[in-house]
Amino acid sequence: MKAQGRVHKYGDNVDTDVIIPARYLNTSSAKELASHCMEDIDKDFVNKVKEGDIMVANRNFGCGSSREHAPLAIKTSGISCVIASTFARIFYRNAINIGLAILECDEAAADIQDGDEVAVDFDTGVITNVTTGKTYQAQPFPPFIQNIIQAGGLLNSIRG
Amino acid sequence: MGMTMTQKLLAAHAGLDSVVAGQLIEAKLDLCLGNDITAPVAINEFEKHGATSVYDRTRIALVMDHFTPNKDIKAAEQVKQTRAFAAKYDIENFFDVGRVGIEHALLPEQGLVGPGDCIIGADSHTCTYGALGAFSTGVGSTDLAAGMATGKTWFKVPSAIKVELTGKLQKYVSGKDVILHLIGEIGVDGALYQSLEFTGDGVAALSMDDRLCIANMAIEAGAKNGIFPVDEITMAYVKDRFKREIRVFEADADAEYTRTVKIDLNTLRPTVSFPHLPDNTRTIDECKGAVKIDQVVIGSCTNGRLEDIRMAAEILRGRKVADSVRCIVIPATQEIWKTAMHEGLFDVFIDAGAAVSTPTCGPCLGGHMGVLAAGERAVSTTNRNFVGRMGHVDSEVYLASPAVAAASAVTGYITDPADL
Repeated sequence: MKAQGRVHKYGDNVDTDVIIPARYLNTSSAKELASHCMEDIDKDFVNKVKEGDIMVANRNFGCGSSREHAPLAIKTSGISCVIASTFARIFYRNAINIGLAILECDEAAADIQDGDEVAVDFDTGVITNVTTGKTYQAQPFPPFIQNIIQAGGLLNSIRG
Repeated sequence: MGMTMTQKLLAAHAGLDSVVAGQLIEAKLDLCLGNDITAPVAINEFEKHGATSVYDRTRIALVMDHFTPNKDIKAAEQVKQTRAFAAKYDIENFFDVGRVGIEHALLPEQGLVGPGDCIIGADSHTCTYGALGAFSTGVGSTDLAAGMATGKTWFKVPSAIKVELTGKLQKYVSGKDVILHLIGEIGVDGALYQSLEFTGDGVAALSMDDRLCIANMAIEAGAKNGIFPVDEITMAYVKDRFKREIRVFEADADAEYTRTVKIDLNTLRPTVSFPHLPDNTRTIDECKGAVKIDQVVIGSCTNGRLEDIRMAAEILRGRKVADSVRCIVIPATQEIWKTAMHEGLFDVFIDAGAAVSTPTCGPCLGGHMGVLAAGERAVSTTNRNFVGRMGHVDSEVYLASPAVAAASAVTGYITDPADL
């Protein structure tokens, strides 16, 4: 499994309220949620994001609420992978469960800049900044987690 | 090597003699919780999976508390979907308007959670029940769907931070100040992936309402769970409420902790979290008269319990809410509402110029019942002050205790209740 795209870069403690504000949680439609993704910290995100793009942030990405709407909105917006120094616990679990690829990597999170072109190899955990030529090593997911993400989420992966 | 309280409880629910931090286990669940925002997503997943039955219709709680009474048509549709699911599977603990309370105040009060339980809830503040000596943690809707179908889930066994409490809280200092202080000390990711285990002789001096408030905000330090030892106060609280078997777990004397944080309750001051993170704390002495406010909210799963409502009334009795302030009081459950009403506390609030609302999470997450306009500031007894949390992206939330919130409502500025 591989991903490649342009980077949207954010800082520390990107919380679930800015990923998808609660005022839009009166729907569970993934498409509708995606149309408001990141609205409160990056109004332009939904206009500039392209299919396959990559989100990079620093510490504690996805802190706050347990709303699965948050990873769902990011995934449906077209983002192929989120790279961060650390993820908040519930977001980490939710991302895997709904099939959004995520990787923890301090160096990559610190180095990679907004607008860089980045490629990710999920089998090896190697992150390549195509713009600068630098590579980073993240811990790759074991095959069973990769299977969940490839199937589009936990329940898809275990459906008989 | 010894186990922490959380580790022992998880080992028992996994059918293991012992576990170590980092171990992946499958644990049996005593209760699964969803609300009107997270349950619809879980129901979609449940049905997508083709599940045709729930594991136990008595061990699922569906609490319609966030956008209820329905704030708009879409919210009404979400509750309708959940109501239909509850009827289809004959879910015993489905709570709708008229019976509903804010989930993390309601479930302990109704005895649906208790000591030794292992609980997941599709709401991040599910960690509240650690106050009763349970392991409880927030999950997403997919985990809730799988939990409702199978009664089991997987966990990575957490390591723990020991929080040693000594002494006794002074007047106008509460559980809210303890947890805000702790979050200020360790940061919003200070306990990421870990347990917060509260110990020390200071625990005995904390009421159950204070403990519930403290455990409630463990997630605001990134913690997987917060947990209190089971003592006489716990037993007195669950007696006549909790109907399942009480299981008491204690940390081993040689349990390993990643760090110890000591808090002297005697010297703790009323504490306020400034925008836009809960760890941006200041003592009341550092913010007197400096912050003019437009709204006060007293309620939520953090601070909508009887002691909180009584404290707000104590401050507001015979006083008036400042002309420039809207003060909204939201008792968290119908039982709390009724008791507060009988105690005459609503007379106090109404005479002071405050509004009293039916139980709802509404304003805490900018849903309804007190949404902020651009540039407005609120002192709120809720749990998060992220950008845009209570409304406009340019509004601000200051987190505080009911005593500080009520005192601030009177003056129109963030105020030490002792100064009134």
